[in-house]
Amino acid sequence: MRICALADIARGDALRVDTVSPPIAVFHTEDGEVFAIDDTCSHQDASLADGWVEGCEVECPLHASKFDLRTGLVDAPPAKRPIRAHTVTVSDGDIFVTLSTADPNLPPGVTL
Amino acid sequence: MSLSSLPEPVRSVTIVGASLAGHASARALRDLGFTGRITIVGGEEHRPYDRPPLSKDFLAGTAVASDLWLEGENEDLDADWRLGAMAASLDPATRTVMLADGRTVTSDAVVISTGSFAKTFPQLPAGVHTLRTLDDAIGLRAELTPGTRLVVVGSGFIGLEVAATARGLGVDVTVLGTTGNPLSRAFGTAVGEAVQGIQERHGVRIRNNTRVEAVLGQGGTGGRVTGVRLISGEIIDADVVVLGIGSIAATDWLEDSGIELGSGVVCSEVGETSAPGIFAVGDCSAWFDPVRGTHHRIEHWSDSRDRPAIAMAALLSIDAPAKALRPSYLWSDQAGSRIQFAGRLLGGETVDVEAGTAEGGDLLVVYRRGDEPVAVVGINQPKLVAAWRKRLTAPAIARPAIARSATSASEPSEPAVSIA
Ligand SMILES: Cc1cc2nc3c(=O)[nH]c(=O)nc-3n(C[C@H](O)[C@H](O)[C@H](O)COP(=O)(O)OP(=O)(O)OC[C@H]3O[C@@H](n4cnc5c(N)ncnc54)[C@H](O)[C@@H]3O)c2cc1C
Ligand code: FES
Repeated sequence: MRICALADIARGDALRVDTVSPPIAVFHTEDGEVFAIDDTCSHQDASLADGWVEGCEVECPLHASKFDLRTGLVDAPPAKRPIRAHTVTVSDGDIFVTLSTADPNLPPGVTL
Repeated sequence: MSLSSLPEPVRSVTIVGASLAGHASARALRDLGFTGRITIVGGEEHRPYDRPPLSKDFLAGTAVASDLWLEGENEDLDADWRLGAMAASLDPATRTVMLADGRTVTSDAVVISTGSFAKTFPQLPAGVHTLRTLDDAIGLRAELTPGTRLVVVGSGFIGLEVAATARGLGVDVTVLGTTGNPLSRAFGTAVGEAVQGIQERHGVRIRNNTRVEAVLGQGGTGGRVTGVRLISGEIIDADVVVLGIGSIAATDWLEDSGIELGSGVVCSEVGETSAPGIFAVGDCSAWFDPVRGTHHRIEHWSDSRDRPAIAMAALLSIDAPAKALRPSYLWSDQAGSRIQFAGRLLGGETVDVEAGTAEGGDLLVVYRRGDEPVAVVGINQPKLVAAWRKRLTAPAIARPAIARSATSASEPSEPAVSIA
């Protein structure tokens, strides 16, 4: 799935893509890497695209859980469950994402 | 042992207080490559757990204790845990921690992370609660049955959260605040009105500018609470009373140590106390704040979790590139509304409502010194708060010492979304 041109997301920024369900967040890090994970925090309903990115980690804008952008694993509480990481390829200046086929870990109260 | 002969490098660390800041300290030590001995002394029997849900999901019954543990699933800090053990005193010269049961732990460095205790009064009747620990929350929850009359003394964050959660459980709730609208003293009238509105629409009764003179109970020790009396003489009946009247740093055990204490353990801007090799982090500590020019105790979750990484780098004398501290951040979830604060309020800021209204419960308020935004409060505005937080990263006032090598990290960045 083509997301957008790499140039459309500035370094340090993220894009929330809600044309898929659940929505995903695509990050362009300061180091120039691109990652895609589920956008919804596994703790409660917050958009990780609004979070703070540091290195390969995003911090949830609500209660500050940290997730590894490469794996979706929880690096710091209060979230317990990982979120899905999707496969990203950048080709000819465009970002493509292959969605994970795993079941998403949506927070309580959020459904597809 | 003279202070100049501090062991170098540090081979053993004792962490006193096994909660958010203590756990984050142990994690930071391991993340920084420390392979020496870590001993963690914790006054509670529990493994480190998360406190914010105690007044929210856990009190509501939608989260259980196993949701609260702070340790990761496969986390192994290779630490010697001494849980259910209160530290009774500390000898800074030898860095020996004396436990209440008579045992001692001696190490090259000590981390103080004993947090806060809820303020309370002696000799209260049964049915009067404070809320700080998991056991407090379990005890309180058992009493919050539908129709129960709860009086919450104090309209700060914890009082308001307990009120909202209890109301959601069908409890009849009255909050007694000493100020105008809740939180208005800290954040101004717009936020106060919005918070009052959120609570009242949820069915919580809020009474401002009150002063409780006495908590009333049936005679005899262990008699049950019957209500509270205001200084006006008015009596408000209650089956359960929660005191949400603030907290004090848990530094009682340090009183004879000679370590400098103020509102909390007085620390440098990297968390070192007045005694070499002894650091303090979390709610119990008052780090030097270069912007304020004073020591300042912060009782926010995110500061308690994030500062240990800075302190542990200093403890291990690792000259890590100093990261500028992010603006302090606090959230509160009440009656389905998300209240978020970031920044630093010194008093005297101008207050601008940048989005939403108090009645709509969707305020975004920005506080400025001169033209410089220094703090933000959002009510149900997570996107705007996230954007503003990033803009607050660089306080206008030059920050000496720790920020010296952090100029690039503290460069102001444009918000991710445009702000009307
Ligand atoms: C009900 C509640 C709700 C909260 N909600 C929010 C929120 O929504 N947002 C937010 O930002 N913050 C919130 N907070 C604040 C946040 O939880 C604290 O900032 C955080 O817990 C501080 O962590 P700490 O490790 O410094 O101290 P604490 O969590 O207080 O832990 C200190 C530990 O040290 C132990 N101890 C004390 N004395 C001794 C001794 N002498 N020897 C051994 N052990 C000792 C204590 O038993 C305790 O286990 C809330 C706090 C409470 C109580
Ligand atoms: S919603 Fe992400 S940590 Fe709570």
